[in-house]
Amino acid sequence: MGAPPARVALTDDAAELLVRLRAKHGELMFHQSGGCCDGSSPMCYPDGDFITGDADIHLGDLSVVAGEDPFTVPVWMSRNQFEYWRHTHLTIDVVPGRGAGFSVEAPEGVRFLIRSRLFTDEEWELLR
Amino acid sequence: MTVYAAPGTEGALATFRPRYDHWIGGEYVPPANGQYFENPSPVNGRTFTEVARGDADDIDAALDAAHGAAPAWGRTSVTERAIILNKIADRMEEHLEELAVAETWENGKPVRETLNADMPLAIDHFRYFAGAIRAQEGSISEIDGDTIAYHFHEPLGVVGQIIPWNFPILMAVWKLAPALAAGNAVVLKPAEQTPTSILYLMELIADLLPPGVVNVVNGFGAEAGKPLASSPRIRKIAFTGETTTGRLIMQYASQNIIPVTLELGGKSPNLFFSDVAAAHDEFYDKALEGFTMFALNQGEVCTCPSRALIQSDIYRDFLADAVARTEAVKQGNPLDTDTMIGAQASNDQLEKILSYFDIGKAEGAKVLTGGHRAELEGDLAGGYYVTPTIFEGKNEMRIFQEEIFGPVVAVTEFADFDDAIKIANDTLYGLGAGVWTRSGADAYRAGRAIEAGRVWTNNYHAYPAAAAFGGYKGSGVGRENHKMMLDHYQQTKNLLVSYAPGKQGFF
Repeated sequence: MGAPPARVALTDDAAELLVRLRAKHGELMFHQSGGCCDGSSPMCYPDGDFITGDADIHLGDLSVVAGEDPFTVPVWMSRNQFEYWRHTHLTIDVVPGRGAGFSVEAPEGVRFLIRSRLFTDEEWELLR
Repeated sequence: MTVYAAPGTEGALATFRPRYDHWIGGEYVPPANGQYFENPSPVNGRTFTEVARGDADDIDAALDAAHGAAPAWGRTSVTERAIILNKIADRMEEHLEELAVAETWENGKPVRETLNADMPLAIDHFRYFAGAIRAQEGSISEIDGDTIAYHFHEPLGVVGQIIPWNFPILMAVWKLAPALAAGNAVVLKPAEQTPTSILYLMELIADLLPPGVVNVVNGFGAEAGKPLASSPRIRKIAFTGETTTGRLIMQYASQNIIPVTLELGGKSPNLFFSDVAAAHDEFYDKALEGFTMFALNQGEVCTCPSRALIQSDIYRDFLADAVARTEAVKQGNPLDTDTMIGAQASNDQLEKILSYFDIGKAEGAKVLTGGHRAELEGDLAGGYYVTPTIFEGKNEMRIFQEEIFGPVVAVTEFADFDDAIKIANDTLYGLGAGVWTRSGADAYRAGRAIEAGRVWTNNYHAYPAAAAFGGYKGSGVGRENHKMMLDHYQQTKNLLVSYAPGKQGFF
């Protein structure tokens, strides 16, 4: 048996943006939202600004390698929402856009976006 | 058919300023940091004005103005406040077409909706709460012959409101009307996607409200929304949006021990029982329109009937008729009164919808119609348009469980009543639902069994004042659109009075 695959990943554009946001806001975190308006979007906050607890699942840590100063960004989701998402791999991307709750990238004129794919049968075996 | 002139062109009914400051203390006030952000119209993707980019300093200035105005406003008689609310409604009615055009330009929705739904509903909302506050009474409990408990309604003071972008003026009015009727002063933050139409309204009614009673600060959530929601100087926060921000706002509220009302969306089931197709009559036609309601407001409605559940024995035929009805939806210039579906409100919204087309297809859902971006021509080429889309699949798929907030419906079938209710309730949310049947008994039983705050029965997407609106489960806390909302904006003052001459006897 191999190690289970990561549940979350990051595009290069999103990684670059995280480097800039971290310089401005310090350590960061993601919490995947549900519901209306800007829902179903990954929300990026200064780490600890959003209080996670037993109602949440830690999906993984995104590694951002930025020159001499690599860092990680944890990704969270509500446990009940995870029940409906668990069979999909999530990649955090970024697109031009406007606003989304209190997520810190919005003032930059961009918006984090989730791109999803189904886990392969082999991956799913390792995750179960 | 009427095609309204676009704002900024000759003959336009609505004219925007080239720049909008904050609305604080009854006048425009430039942002403390001097910064502005661009506001594009979703109709063509082009910037039509720039808007103050507020931060904590501007929120503080707005809170100062609100605190300055709140005591006197809270002491006005309910008669005076009701007169003002009615005057606001009258003023809006006089400018209905102008406001409708402004709202369409701001949000991208078809003008037939702003003319016939958004603005009339907003106007009526002020009138409803003008009446409700006049009719509201306190209460008296007679504890014993000499002891009386009097209960008075008092305003909370200064409240914060964060407004979504899908109905910028109507959602603001849903929150403003009860707050003002109850005697509160307000600091309101519109959505950054739709920052100007509410300012357009404020300017129009500026002479009717005392300065500082309503203050509007624009900006981004992280910069202006957070300092408002986390401020110790508000006595309540109201928010419409999504779940993560809703939780965050509750966390801030817990630090200040203030109440919150939250409206956080849903994944509303729309149930079609067999007897709907018993005849191809007026009711059948109405039910098909009910199905197609997923495209109303481009699907950007918290209660979008985004899951259609159809009973097996009529499934194929009803769905074929529903696809035809959906394909007849006319997409085009939102300022044309014949247009039924306009533009999505923003580019990121468009991108999100397209990303759900990918995951829907990857999970094996079948596209029956649509499933792609709509490329319009000429002046509309840069706008954010999506073709109304019907997916067929299973309720456990993500397109059945997540709010896409676009003109997208996911369809599946059910065997019988119990199966219908099971699928309908298999969701994290519980805001809206629809039930279509010719049987009054089935309609009643289904309506009571569905775990949602609003069950439209043989209709959908009607939002009259006096019908309570709010969520079960993950869809939020509190109710809007009803006189019970006054409670969300009032304190209860109890005077416990003894008329007995004798002592209580303890000391």
